[in-house]
Amino acid sequence: MTTGIRFDGVTVAYGGTTVLESFGLTVEPGEVMALLGPSGSGKTTALRAVAGFVRPTAGRVFIGDRDVTALPPHRRGIGMVVQQYALFPHMKAGANVAFGLKAHKVPRGEIAARVAEALEMTGMSAYAGRYPRELSGGQQQRVAIARALAIRPGVLLLDEPLSALDARLRSGMLTELARLHRELPDVSMLYVTHDQVEALTLADRIAVMDGGRLQDCGTPQDLYRRPGSAFTASFIGSANLLPVTVTDGGVRLGGTRLDVPAGGAAAGASATLCVRPHLVGLGAGPNALRGTVTEVQWRGATHRLGVDIAGHRVTAELRELRETPPLGTEVTVHFAAHDAVLLPAGADGGEARG
Amino acid sequence: MASTEALSGRRPPTALPRLRVPAWALVLPPVAALGLVFLHPLALVLWQSVSPEGGGHGFSAYADVFAQAAFRDALRNTVLIAAGSTAGALVLGFALALVIAFVPFPGGRAVGRFVDVFLSFPSFLITLALLFVYGSAGMANGVWTGVTGAASGPFDFLHTPWGVLLAEITYFTPFVMRPLLGAFSRIETAQIEVAASLGAKAPRIVRQVILPEALPALAAGGSLVLVMCLNEFGIVLFTGAKGVTTLPVLVYGKAILDGDYTGACVVAVVNIVLSLALYGLYRMLTTRMDGVRRARA
Repeated sequence: MTTGIRFDGVTVAYGGTTVLESFGLTVEPGEVMALLGPSGSGKTTALRAVAGFVRPTAGRVFIGDRDVTALPPHRRGIGMVVQQYALFPHMKAGANVAFGLKAHKVPRGEIAARVAEALEMTGMSAYAGRYPRELSGGQQQRVAIARALAIRPGVLLLDEPLSALDARLRSGMLTELARLHRELPDVSMLYVTHDQVEALTLADRIAVMDGGRLQDCGTPQDLYRRPGSAFTASFIGSANLLPVTVTDGGVRLGGTRLDVPAGGAAAGASATLCVRPHLVGLGAGPNALRGTVTEVQWRGATHRLGVDIAGHRVTAELRELRETPPLGTEVTVHFAAHDAVLLPAGADGGEARG
Repeated sequence: MASTEALSGRRPPTALPRLRVPAWALVLPPVAALGLVFLHPLALVLWQSVSPEGGGHGFSAYADVFAQAAFRDALRNTVLIAAGSTAGALVLGFALALVIAFVPFPGGRAVGRFVDVFLSFPSFLITLALLFVYGSAGMANGVWTGVTGAASGPFDFLHTPWGVLLAEITYFTPFVMRPLLGAFSRIETAQIEVAASLGAKAPRIVRQVILPEALPALAAGGSLVLVMCLNEFGIVLFTGAKGVTTLPVLVYGKAILDGDYTGACVVAVVNIVLSLALYGLYRMLTTRMDGVRRARA
């Protein structure tokens, strides 16, 4: 069984529009790689290039050590799960799962066992005799996953598989997918999503995409704690992005000097300081900043404070406060030096996303 | 004090004047119109068919007509040509609709729209066009004689049942394509892509994914074409009348050429019964298919 995926400088263009540009990425055998990005970032195009539904105008796609760039989809040996399930409506769940096995000319006697095994794996054994319309969205997606897994693919492609489900079902399916990943350690999964929670929960590594290009790639923890760019910082979780100037041994935000490791940045250079809202504290402390409260949101377990500091908005995600500061009052917020990341300049300052 | 209607700017709904005419009376005008323009002439045809020229009423005219070899030939020709044309239109229509719907090619959308235009063409136009291509002095024979130097070409089938078959398939294929293109447009592309990713080649995808979804449209188009072929007059008259007689042509021959109105009415009644029987069969099949689909839903 070939496994693992490699994009080697893949470019895809429709007419004169390039939707994926010189894309290079390796998904290791048994790894779950999430392609995360906003709409139009090229993530689905990358997945479709692996499936064989778009032909790269340049570059090559490998599954395992096989160059599949010119292979038709039916010869690639992949399993695919899509957002809208795409079950065959005239076939019962069992027949849907058996479809790929028949296409692969699996011996008749073996098909029933493999269908049962795939349905068992996804918890759908009791529903083999039902038509798709007799199943809920979550059940349909489980059958779709069973159908993809039944052919025992080396590579499983998942294109926003949970987008059509409500929040509760999505959470349950995420757990199921994580369990499947543990039970199928040899299967490489390419998981396309625009939902950072799905990517953070499921992926071994995340490839962040924007504008048809790969922006960043790393483990969820690395990308969250040490993002490589302002785009990654703002797309994975929330982030305060503040424009600063590098000084000797720190940075300066307006007139306030902050004790932040500058890394290799030269003194005088412009940079963007990234601090996660939940790492900002209220009151005196290291790297204290004075500002005016512009917004207070109660979020159940937390309060979210918006503070205007020298024209830049800083968001603090605080454990529920007994007393909240009134709007317009002056407060001090702070953050620890090791919780801040200095990024190349370019992002809008002060905006928290997520 | 201002009323609430005046304050809200709304006016109470104006009550319609109560009709004192009973509901059943409202049905009378359309039923009378239908009876006058359709049912009455049909009844006259039926009545004439059981009113032989010798006087009285009975089914002797039916016995006479059924005994004629010309009638049996016409009945056989009608059923065979209609069945053959329907089968041909179904196969060709399905294949062409598949290409237009699923194989991207330049001008594909224009071809799809042309199918709609084609439906408005008169049937004799297609027959005339075929005469230009395959007639004794048509293009095909012209090319043949030009290339080989022969005195005449080999294409001489337009006045045979094969000519009628070709013309009817050509003319009625778009009637199959139209509902099929509609059905194909409702099939999720993702289903086809997932089927391909699961290892299915094109023939399996067509057979197991596309065809089952297109069956109702195929049945609708096919039954429409079958009924239209059974009653087709222009194409047969224009193309094959010399050697091919169908029931509608026989009605024309008996009524207009022979002046045998009773015999013409008998053949017409047989033609109507045949059409209704096939329509009934179609309704039975589609009702059964709907039942299956509802059961799945």
